[in-house]
Order: sequence, then C-alpha cells, then structure tokens
Amino acid sequence: MASKLSAAFRALAFGLLAVFAASSLPALAQQPTSVNPTAQAVKEEQLLQALKPGAPVAGRISIPDKQAANLIQPGRDWRAFNQETLPRLGAYSLIGIAIVLVAFYMMRGKIRIDAGLSGMKILRFGALDRFTHWLTATSFIVLAITGINVTFGKIVLAPVMGPEAFAAWAGFAKLVHNYVGFAFMAGVLLTFLIWVKDNIPSAVDVQWFAAGGGLLGKGHPPAKRFNGGQKIIFWSVVVGGFLLSLSGWHLLFPTAEAIEHVQWQATLHGTTAFVMIAIIIAHIYIGSVGMEGAFDAMGSGEVDLNWAKEHHSLWVEDVMKGKRPAGNAAPQPAE
Amino acid sequence: MARMKFLCDADRCIECNACVTACKNEHEVPWGINRRRVVTINDGKPGERSVSMACMHCTDAPCASVCPVSCFYTTADAVVLHSKDLCIGCGYCFYACPFGAPQYPKTSNFGSRGKMDKCTYCAGGPEADGSQAELDKYGRNRLAEGKLPLCAEMCSTKALLAGDGDIIAQIYKERVAKRGYGSGAWGWKVAYKETVAL
Repeated sequence: MASKLSAAFRALAFGLLAVFAASSLPALAQQPTSVNPTAQAVKEEQLLQALKPGAPVAGRISIPDKQAANLIQPGRDWRAFNQETLPRLGAYSLIGIAIVLVAFYMMRGKIRIDAGLSGMKILRFGALDRFTHWLTATSFIVLAITGINVTFGKIVLAPVMGPEAFAAWAGFAKLVHNYVGFAFMAGVLLTFLIWVKDNIPSAVDVQWFAAGGGLLGKGHPPAKRFNGGQKIIFWSVVVGGFLLSLSGWHLLFPTAEAIEHVQWQATLHGTTAFVMIAIIIAHIYIGSVGMEGAFDAMGSGEVDLNWAKEHHSLWVEDVMKGKRPAGNAAPQPAE
Repeated sequence: MARMKFLCDADRCIECNACVTACKNEHEVPWGINRRRVVTINDGKPGERSVSMACMHCTDAPCASVCPVSCFYTTADAVVLHSKDLCIGCGYCFYACPFGAPQYPKTSNFGSRGKMDKCTYCAGGPEADGSQAELDKYGRNRLAEGKLPLCAEMCSTKALLAGDGDIIAQIYKERVAKRGYGSGAWGWKVAYKETVAL
C-alpha cells in the first residue's frame, strides 16, 4: 500500500516536473529568435577591417579549386612593385654597372700582364670546370635576356616590333625561360659542388682586399686558386642562383599556393635577377676586355704562366710543388 | 556609354550556383575553369552570406597594368577584355588580380599554363562580334546582341545584378532602404575605388 502510494506520488511529481519543464521550453526556444540574422549579416566593410593585413577575404566553395575560395585577395602593392619599382631597379642596375665599367676602363684601362707573356701555359680549368662554367653562363645569359624582356619588352621592343610580333617573341621567350631554368639550376649546383672547397673565405682574402685586389693600386696581392673578388662572384652565383632557382621553381606553379606567396616569389625573383645581372656583367667585363690573359682560363683552360703567377701566386706554387691538381677532371699535367 | 559593373546582393544570394552553371554552359568554358564562382563567407554561422564573384572589370585594372605583352583592353562599356592571340600565359595577371579571376587551362607538358581565360562580361573578345572565332576563344557575345551577362539574367533571386553601375547601385540602394539591411557591394571598393553608400 505504502509502495503504491509512493509510486503514485512519484508519478505526480514527475508529471509536475514535466509540465514545468514544458512551460519553460518556449522561453528556451525563443532565445535563437533574439539573434537577428539580418542585423548580424557579415559585411564586407567589417571583414576588410577585421582581417589582418595580407589575409584574403575567404570562405567556403563547392568547386574543387580551393584557391577560388579566396573572394578578395590581398597584395595590392605588388602591381606598383612590378610596374614601377622593379623597372626602376632594373634600369639603375643595368645603366649603373655600365657607367661604372666604362669609368673603370677609362681610368685603369686593360689590366696587362706586368711581366708580359711568358709563352708557357699552365692548366687552370679542366674540362669539368669549363663545362660547369659555360653551362651556367650560357643558361644565365639566355635567362637574363628572356627575363629582362618580361620587364622591359613592352616598353622597349613592343613599340618597334608591333603587338603581334612582340607577343610571339615574348611567348617563345617565356617557354625558353621556363625550360632553360633547369639547366641553370644544374649549373649552379655543379658550381657549388666543384668549387666550394677553393672558395672558403680566408685571411689571404682580407689582405687581397686591403691591397685593392690588383684592380686599384699597384701590384698584385697574393691569392690562392680563387682571389677575394672571384670568391665574391662565386658566392653571388651560389646564393643568387639558389634564390633565383627557388623563386623560379615556385613561379612555374603559381596556382598551387597562396597569392601573397607567389607575389613574394615574383618580387624576390625580379630583384635578385637584376642584382645578379649587374654582377655578372662586371664578371664578363673583367674576364674578357678588362684583363689580358683572363679569358684563356675559361677558354682553352690554360693560362699564361706569368698571368697565373701575378694573379694566383699561391695557387701556382701549390701546383708547381705538386700539392694539388691544376684543374678538375684534368688528367694531363701542366705543360 | 554605360559603365558596366557587377553587383552581388549577398543578402539575396542563396548559393544555388546557377550563375556558375549558366556561365560554363553559355561559353563552353574549358574543364577546370570557372569564370564565375560562389563563395560562402562565415559558413554555418549566424550572418552567413554567399557572394557570386567573377572578374569585376576593374577601373584601372591591375591585370592590364602588369601584363608583359599588353594583351588587355577596356571597351567603351568599361568591360576589361583580353586578346588570347597576344596572351602568353605567363600568369602575371593572376598574381595581380584581387578577385582570382584569371585562370589558365593546362594545355601542355609539365602542367604549364595555356592562354588565360576569364569572365568577358558576355562581351567576347577582339574578334568580330558574333563570329565563330570569337565564340571559340571567348564564348558568346551577348552584349553585342543587346543582352546582359547570362549569370545575372539567370539569377533566380536577382541577387546578382549586371548593367550600368549607376542603375544597379540605385536598385541595390532601394532594396537596402526598403528591407533595412545590406551587407555591402562586395568588391566594389577594390575594383571601382568607390562603394554604394547605404
């Protein structure tokens, strides 16, 4: 009896509770309606202000191209860089290096071999050395010309050639640039591998620079296989070549990554390229018209003994004493 | 001449993607390319909005500025078009575009880019209006037939508006005034350096 009563009481209590709970439900249900979906509508203005600079206004998209989920992209500065800063940088570097070299030639003239030609030759660069140099050199020149065309072609060439002919050339140049880039990457890698051991900076280089490097002032400071200036060229090619390769690789597949990354890669690529072109023009100058006997090193591979003694005295001593081979992949001894 | 613009009323867009489909069908757009797309912002949250976006035919367009072969031109209706005969597929317009409009079909080895494709405002290209060559390269030229872009004409909720900028801005303003809210003219500030005052 008591258990029946308690069961009935329990049922009543549960029922009351249920009624109470049910009466409070509408209050709960009303809560979402206090959120006004229209008043809370996401506004473009708020989004643009709330976003940190550089982030795109992005959402969800139902097509496979996830890049398309970016509604409004950041990076409004790249256009100004590409159309104003980069052409200016390019013009300054190209014209600047030309002025410097002409001025240097007028002041210093062609750097002669002080002791004159000895008539004796010493092997300086073997077949592998020269292959690496010319692989890197030819690919760089092709890449430089086709690359400069992207920045200056429409200003300089298009008015002369007409839009159709220029577009045909630019299209060809783009293809060449994309493919020859791989040859350049291989060249830079080989350059690093075969010459890095002779390009570690040392105390000799400090003395070499202190003495004007044989370019300024009189006489030739001692140098090993590569002097301080050549080491600067080496590390420029390795570091600059690496940056160009890395950014160029990314630019081959621009749709694979966020737009601000691509803009950074394009900025890095263009800037590094113009700096490198200026450095390499100076390198070409000193390796050809600027210095007597220098071209032979990468031409035939054999240089005049007096030239070697003047420019690379410590290296000649090492080779003469048989401490080191003259060039890479060079089975034949120096004459 | 009219200054043609797009305006997507995000408070009306229901993300049905009919504009995307209509565009692809009308212009026989190549596989993998969407000249128009619908992006949903704040998906699943209160205040979620969808925006239909394509080339906005910018005033002083960045794509035209950075193009190394100057293949872009602006029509009398202020529609930004390009010549696929001149385009070299370098990708620079894609780097510069605020709206991700330029796209490239994968046509050759190693996934390299073909000639750029983007929304033409249903205005074709430099070829003769309505010619077969124009149809093959750029799709239908509806503007030359006195019609507006199909995406906007198809829009079931009339969220996407196309036409003279002043007129569609006025329509949008009236809508916002009547219903009391509006999430803004998406992309206008970036594309036209002006917005619809609400």
